[in-house]
Amino acid sequence: MYQYDAHDQRIVDERVAQFRDQVRRRLAGEITEDEFKPLRLQNGLYMQLHAYMLRVAIPYGLLSSAQLRGLATIARDYDRGYAHFTTRQNIQYNWPELENVPKILDVLASVQMHAIQTSGNCIRNTTSDPLAGIAADELEDPRPYCELIRQWSTFHPEFAFLPRKFKIAVTGARTDRAAVRVHDIGVCIVENDVGERGFEILVGGGLGRTPHIAKQVRAFLPYEDLLSYLEAILRVYNRYGRRDNKYKARIKIQVAEWGVEKFAAAVEAEWAQIRDSSTKLTRDEIDRIKGRFITPTHETLPAEDLDALALTTDREFARFVKNNLRAHRVAGYTAAVISTKPQGRPPGDVSDTQLDALADLADEFGMGEVVVMHDQNVMMPNVRQRDLRTFYDRLTAWDLGTANAGRLTDQICCPGLDFCNLANARSIPVAMRIAEHFDNLDYLDDLGDLSLKMSGCINSCGHHHVGNIGILGQEKSGSEAYQLMLGGSPGNDASLGKIVGPAFSSDDIVGAVATVLDTYAQQRESREETFLDFYRRVGLAPFKESLYGTDQGRRSRSG
Amino acid sequence: MALIKDDAAAPAETWTTLADEDVAPAEGDVLVPLARWLAERDALTQREARVGVVLQPGDDALTLAGALEGLALVAVAFPKFTDGRGYSSARLLRDRLGYTGELRAIGDVLPDQVFYMRRVGFDAFDLAEGKSVETALAQLKTFSVTYQAGADDERPLFRRVQRPA
Repeated sequence: MYQYDAHDQRIVDERVAQFRDQVRRRLAGEITEDEFKPLRLQNGLYMQLHAYMLRVAIPYGLLSSAQLRGLATIARDYDRGYAHFTTRQNIQYNWPELENVPKILDVLASVQMHAIQTSGNCIRNTTSDPLAGIAADELEDPRPYCELIRQWSTFHPEFAFLPRKFKIAVTGARTDRAAVRVHDIGVCIVENDVGERGFEILVGGGLGRTPHIAKQVRAFLPYEDLLSYLEAILRVYNRYGRRDNKYKARIKIQVAEWGVEKFAAAVEAEWAQIRDSSTKLTRDEIDRIKGRFITPTHETLPAEDLDALALTTDREFARFVKNNLRAHRVAGYTAAVISTKPQGRPPGDVSDTQLDALADLADEFGMGEVVVMHDQNVMMPNVRQRDLRTFYDRLTAWDLGTANAGRLTDQICCPGLDFCNLANARSIPVAMRIAEHFDNLDYLDDLGDLSLKMSGCINSCGHHHVGNIGILGQEKSGSEAYQLMLGGSPGNDASLGKIVGPAFSSDDIVGAVATVLDTYAQQRESREETFLDFYRRVGLAPFKESLYGTDQGRRSRSG
Repeated sequence: MALIKDDAAAPAETWTTLADEDVAPAEGDVLVPLARWLAERDALTQREARVGVVLQPGDDALTLAGALEGLALVAVAFPKFTDGRGYSSARLLRDRLGYTGELRAIGDVLPDQVFYMRRVGFDAFDLAEGKSVETALAQLKTFSVTYQAGADDERPLFRRVQRPA
């Protein structure tokens, strides 16, 4: 956990004062809504269908127990007793009153948090690998670099009015769990031919209405050059990115239209001018930032026999051990995924009392830290394996022990038409019906690792393009329709899902998912062949056949 | 419109903005488009009065390399405050071209953006119609600490102060 120094704290405190004054001037009519909009957006405040929504930054997903308690306080005092984890490691409140937002920011600042640049056409919260710091395949912990980027991008005066929003992700592991290939900039810690470490820089990935996989702009960048190189990319984008059409304004379009060679050449030319400027990092500064992180100290513990635990007669606990644990590089420890997706609750929602409970559990079992994951779950990264049984019992007491991590019902879902004024269709009710329909966890375990991601419109906040199964809500002649996509994946082998055929009605979409799953279950070579592997081997054809019959998808079932 | 210069309210100034085809008046300060400045520098500087250039968001500030002499003012236009290209223009003028003369933000210049504008190198702000000078002056003091290098201080925070280890 990064510890603010007096400078960090002062910047956040002064931001609260600034926004309090802006709200006062807005309420007094001194600034128009058009003028206020970008100001509130750069503070994470959206106007939704029914109310304002406040998005709070959780830098690279890391939260302390004190911060969790702060978030619980806000949910209780200024919202309706709950909050919502997002797909970019942030948290949202759906019902704040405008005049209370400065008070909410006060609470956040008191626990070293803020809502800075969580929306708007600026550099957003930098995200990372949820297993950062504990993964065995990690070259180096990426979070100090995320923090360097956070500080550099916070109120960067040149880049507050970019053509469009801008998202950066950093990974330090060989396996990409940060979806760097679908970010505006993906930063990967790599080792070059002579064993030096630095960054590979990818640019121009993104989802939305025109999904793109990011392209490599630089194969190796020395650590000290990180910020000057990002500055060069941002400057080329700020000066030449398209501003004539909102839907063509992301950097992915600039990279696609220019071609990556021309884009990289422009960045390199700009970088050559600023590479040795004072923005260049020093080894001392990098080490200093690393030193500001309080890293948990692990005990020397024997490794427990988790395989034996997974065979225990308490089937739900056994399932939790099988599904919800992630390997930890220190013997005797494990990372536990806490699912926010039990049946009957919108994915990502947690109550104020659950947030407080998570804080207590983090203090008791998790060295005071939790990590918010891209799939809207929470992970306790440092649990002693020998505490697992007690830990699990305490989780279940708070309805936080659902053992569906990585399974179908561990679905990603955007807020959809229930909250969002961009949405064309509802997504939460469909997610809840899917959770209800597929309530047999034995069946889901048999299907194995499988991701389902759903968005209520083409802006794709639910990342449907990179779901093994993707669902896209649409509005068709006044009613909701759902397009089904297969084969997406956000990782190293990133791929975009393909539309399987005509859309399904709200009534039919759950059945269509069931048909897809049955097709896979019946035709896979073995249980070792995952859904994604199966799809990559056979393509869309068998799914078309079972969904639409032999006429290959011409018959619409959307009615 | 209200003018701020060097962090204080300044008296109004009269600049005649010329389009490419307008004939320059015999007297009085003029502001010309970038292309015209580059094409007619000699003629424009032979006039008695001052001349300034206006950079539109799509103009390449770097084309002023070697062509800054004789300019009394570089005005960067913000037709809409949400178009941030002018921030990069300012940065390049100060950092890359070493321009030290007056750099003025004109157009949709609102109090809530002047802090950023000053950080990228603007030292004059021609506020949008009806905007309060007092509010804008107060906004210039919004933050007492900044992380990045800027035209106001070429060192990022970690080179400016000893931050705790």
